[in-house]
Amino acid sequence: MRASILSLSSVLLIAGATSVLAAGSEADFKAAYAAAEAANKQAGLLRNQWTVTAAALAAAKKAADSGDFDKAVASSKEAEALAKASIFQATSEKEAWKALEIR
Amino acid sequence: MRTASHFASAALVSAAVALAALTFGAAPSAVADDKPDPIADAKAFKNFFTQKFPKVKLEDFVNGPYSMSEDMHRQWEEKEQFPPYEFSLDIGKEMFSKPFKNGKSYADCFPNQGIGIRQNYPYFDDKAGKVVTLELALNHCREANGEPPFSYVKDEMAALTAYMAFTSRGKPFDIKIPDDPRALEAYQNGKRYFYTRRGQLNFSCATCHVQSPGERIRAEVLAPALGILNAMPIYRSEWSGMGTISRRFTTCNTQIRGVPLDPQADEYRDLEYYLSYVSNGLPISGPGARP
Repeated sequence: MRASILSLSSVLLIAGATSVLAAGSEADFKAAYAAAEAANKQAGLLRNQWTVTAAALAAAKKAADSGDFDKAVASSKEAEALAKASIFQATSEKEAWKALEIR
Repeated sequence: MRTASHFASAALVSAAVALAALTFGAAPSAVADDKPDPIADAKAFKNFFTQKFPKVKLEDFVNGPYSMSEDMHRQWEEKEQFPPYEFSLDIGKEMFSKPFKNGKSYADCFPNQGIGIRQNYPYFDDKAGKVVTLELALNHCREANGEPPFSYVKDEMAALTAYMAFTSRGKPFDIKIPDDPRALEAYQNGKRYFYTRRGQLNFSCATCHVQSPGERIRAEVLAPALGILNAMPIYRSEWSGMGTISRRFTTCNTQIRGVPLDPQADEYRDLEYYLSYVSNGLPISGPGARP
């Protein structure tokens, strides 16, 4: 389990490194923002959204409104990654909470 | 100036760190029996805290952080001489006795005219199939009498519940779980919520109030979960005002960087049901004051 999470972390880091090559455009922003919103919506269905995800989405929107699409894409990707982490948390906690129970 | 790649890398690193925290923060994978047993839970809950704090009398746990050391206890005694919740109590008493526009009052909505009944809330409503908290019952009462509901996190609700708690001071929590699978499910859902990690900080309610009571988180001394609702509502110096149970739950979620649910969402009602049940027998001490 831990190995798979560390692998996922590595994937995220590699994705971050490769994103250096991608120049941000309005279309890139729209795609990245839509992906982030979809992940955050899924977290919402699990009743486990994070405030930092909402903050990153707001930052992405603000950057896009000011024409800074590099920053808008980066913030969208941050939001998506955070939303995915919150989904992972909610999913794993479906069983993991029992380990903390006073018995 | 930071570049896009800086932002993207920083973002993904923070997510990776969050995931790693989720992994390493996980406790050993002991698995509990899935069949709910509230009586055994309540017994284990009390045993845990009384063994962790052998010098604290069982009834003193309702004083939260003020029960955790002699120094804190002295602070509480001094505070009680001029309690900061007194203004809210006075307002609540006045509000409670003032009739609605239709001539009826809160007293008409509750058993025993609403006096000395705080210890019986929340209860499981078999008609609705859900948990009913005192805050919810107060707003049901208002709406049934043509009045708009109060915010669950603002001063009016705090004042009303402060007065009702005051009339129950010293009465032991007496929460019932009827022989109804839906009630047991609500209890179990509340328990699950209490122990489930959430928010970017990956904290559960238990992280602070079971694993770390008596310890500091920044400048605050964490309260034990046992008896934590007996003193509600509370005046918090940090808030410079009164706070309801709804305010406490939603604020806790925000502090761990989780988006709070709507006040009185089913999850919070079930959580209140669980936490109140495992504190059965401990006296109501509300309204309270906290640092």
